[in-house]
Amino acid sequence: MADTVIDVHHHGAAGHDDHHHDQHWIVKYLWSTDHKIIAMQYMFTGMAMGVIGGFMAYVFRMQLAFPGISVPGFGQVSPGEYNALITNHGSIMIFWLAMPVLIAAFGNYLIPLMIGADDMVFPRINRLSFQIFFISVVVLLASLFVEGGGFGGAWTSYPPLSAESTYNLTTLGSTLWLTAVALEFVAFLLGGINFITTLMNSRAPGMRAYDIPMVCWMIVIASILFMLSVGPLIAGAVMLLFDQVLNTGFYDPARGGDPILWQHLFWFFGHPEVYVVLLPAIGITVDVIATFARKKLFGYKMVLYTAVATGVLSFFVWAHHQFIAGIDPRMANVFTVTTLLISVPIAEMCFVIIATLYGGSITLTTPMLWALAFMAEFLIGGVTGIFLGASGADIYFHDTYFVLAHFHYTFFPIAIIGTFCGFTYWFPKMFGRMMNETLGKIHFWGTIIPFNFIFIPLFVLGMGGQHRRIYNFQHFPELATDQMYSLRQVATIALLVMIAFQAVFVFNVVYSWLKGPKAGKNPWKANTLEWTTESPPPHGNWPPAELPNVYRGPYEYGHPDREEDYWPQNEPA
Amino acid sequence: MPFDLIQGSTFAGDIDGVIWLVAVLTGFWFLAAEGIFFWLIWRFRAKPGQKSQYLVGKEKHVKRWITIPHALVLVCDVFIIIGAVRVWYDVKQRLPEADSTIRIIGQQWAWTFQHPGADNELDTADDIFTVEDLHIEVEKTYHFRLESRDVLHNFSVPIFRLKQDAVPGRSITGWFHATQAGEYDIQCAEICGIGHGIMAARIHIEDATTHAAWISSASAATTP
Repeated sequence: MADTVIDVHHHGAAGHDDHHHDQHWIVKYLWSTDHKIIAMQYMFTGMAMGVIGGFMAYVFRMQLAFPGISVPGFGQVSPGEYNALITNHGSIMIFWLAMPVLIAAFGNYLIPLMIGADDMVFPRINRLSFQIFFISVVVLLASLFVEGGGFGGAWTSYPPLSAESTYNLTTLGSTLWLTAVALEFVAFLLGGINFITTLMNSRAPGMRAYDIPMVCWMIVIASILFMLSVGPLIAGAVMLLFDQVLNTGFYDPARGGDPILWQHLFWFFGHPEVYVVLLPAIGITVDVIATFARKKLFGYKMVLYTAVATGVLSFFVWAHHQFIAGIDPRMANVFTVTTLLISVPIAEMCFVIIATLYGGSITLTTPMLWALAFMAEFLIGGVTGIFLGASGADIYFHDTYFVLAHFHYTFFPIAIIGTFCGFTYWFPKMFGRMMNETLGKIHFWGTIIPFNFIFIPLFVLGMGGQHRRIYNFQHFPELATDQMYSLRQVATIALLVMIAFQAVFVFNVVYSWLKGPKAGKNPWKANTLEWTTESPPPHGNWPPAELPNVYRGPYEYGHPDREEDYWPQNEPA
Repeated sequence: MPFDLIQGSTFAGDIDGVIWLVAVLTGFWFLAAEGIFFWLIWRFRAKPGQKSQYLVGKEKHVKRWITIPHALVLVCDVFIIIGAVRVWYDVKQRLPEADSTIRIIGQQWAWTFQHPGADNELDTADDIFTVEDLHIEVEKTYHFRLESRDVLHNFSVPIFRLKQDAVPGRSITGWFHATQAGEYDIQCAEICGIGHGIMAARIHIEDATTHAAWISSASAATTP
């Protein structure tokens, strides 16, 4: 560590020196404390899990559209396997794709680079975080192959079904699933501590609270929300584990327990969790939109405050998942009010982002297309949520495909569009080369168009009364009509098309990584600090003597006093 | 609702009404937001030699583009809350006088129905037990006592727009009043294990004479 800068602003504790160049590749890539390497570990593990989760979706969508068919690459789907597939699809997409990529990968990669630090403040805790996360992946995947098969009680894991093996018939699968989730929480608590502390302590000189790029704020707010909400669920999970393996009766009414207790603990975490993954995706979107609209963010503080307001409100809405679960019916009225109130800050945040486009100079690059698609599609997820938050309408819509389509219109923009948006935007920084724009746009349209053809039919089916987690609708005459099967087939075929187009993305990544044109430091002409260093950044991010100072906010685009339409944060006035 | 899903209970129309109310109010905001969004993308597309504008967003006349919609969204929320809570109160909170009471028991993976029999009293000797077939009379108000023997289930009748979880260890009372005769689906709408997908039943909504005939034939069949 160069002593000349350490006094000015304490830049991490990684202890960077020149010896790193001789490291064995195992130490360099698998045992590293470098935030960028850990980010890549999270990124590619998360994406690999996304592929597995996508494969699961393919298998059960085939079963739903063509019941009884031998699914290519899987075979015939039994009811037990079907339940295990939907359960693990949901768990993977939220806990092993959205969280590792949006929070851990982008958080690790971007926070030190965007605030001008040489690393996280706790690099070894950071490494431990990924290692525990990796173990959780192994445990989860193992749970699919044990005797009795994977856990099939849905990602919400309601007892008594999840608590007693005589009910769920997957003794080992359910315990391993629960263990994997618990390990994943440990990993993200460790990571979260790091993000929060780093943002608080390691900012470059001159970077005030309102000069922090929005994506860093969002990831840190999300980490705080996660830390505040996960405690009750961990307590609940321990009780559930005891019910499973020690035969206690926390959730067994015959022995004085209460199954609904779990639902309260789960959703007290589960609803804030939605915002835990939403906020980083919004942060990415905001940064990308500002860059490619060449516009100052319309109301920086408004975005920040509405994010905090949403986060606070999200702790008071959990029981809208339980309107008809047997809770006191008077409670539904309270939670309808709080749930609808949350539409106010979220709507305001959307308005601000839309208003940012006004007066801009918009270029539709691939990352910009993803960012705009995030807004366009997330709005559908947002407004359909109102139907479900309104207690009177939820009596009918609860646990139908309307719910399923609704949260896929939120989670798909978050986990898939958000990931592609951030990945294509920061790819030049991460790998030093530009991605191919034509291939990027083919992949974009090949993903977005089929996405809508998957889930709009599912809205219609949900309105028609189709309920969730059903292996085969043949036992329900009203749901077994030809008309309904054709809609299911439209959704499944659209999914096949979407999956096929992902090959374009994989090819583009590999091809651009090897052969793409060199990116240079700042290919997008963006303001934030990560664009002031080499692409990819060296170990320690900047040469120690060149750690940046900050003179202004991150969104000074189109300033009238300047020739250029951007004004990097580190450029002296 | 699509697929000619009839409104089969007194409150089905009210629930559809809330859905329509939300659809109209959110539909307006959705179309407005998407419309403005795409118009802005088109209007402010990059043109050679033209720089973007530097707007801080602090001036009052600029800010009102956010504050006015903000207030209007709040007003819409109030309307939706009033509509939703009124219907919720009617369906779930109040309990109108019953003409008859039935018991519904969920267990892995079938529905058992306990009908009151000829004396119209539940838990008497002439009760009629059926599995997977619920027989009720049209235009009568029923109370149901919903129970579970093992895990969570959910008694769901789409034509009634009615759902209620069955929780082991509890007996949850609710009501419905069918308005149309016919035979329709009953679902289990809460995942309950590997047989969740076969946990189907049918509701037979009958006029008074058919229902009376069913009671006497079913009683005759079960009398020792």
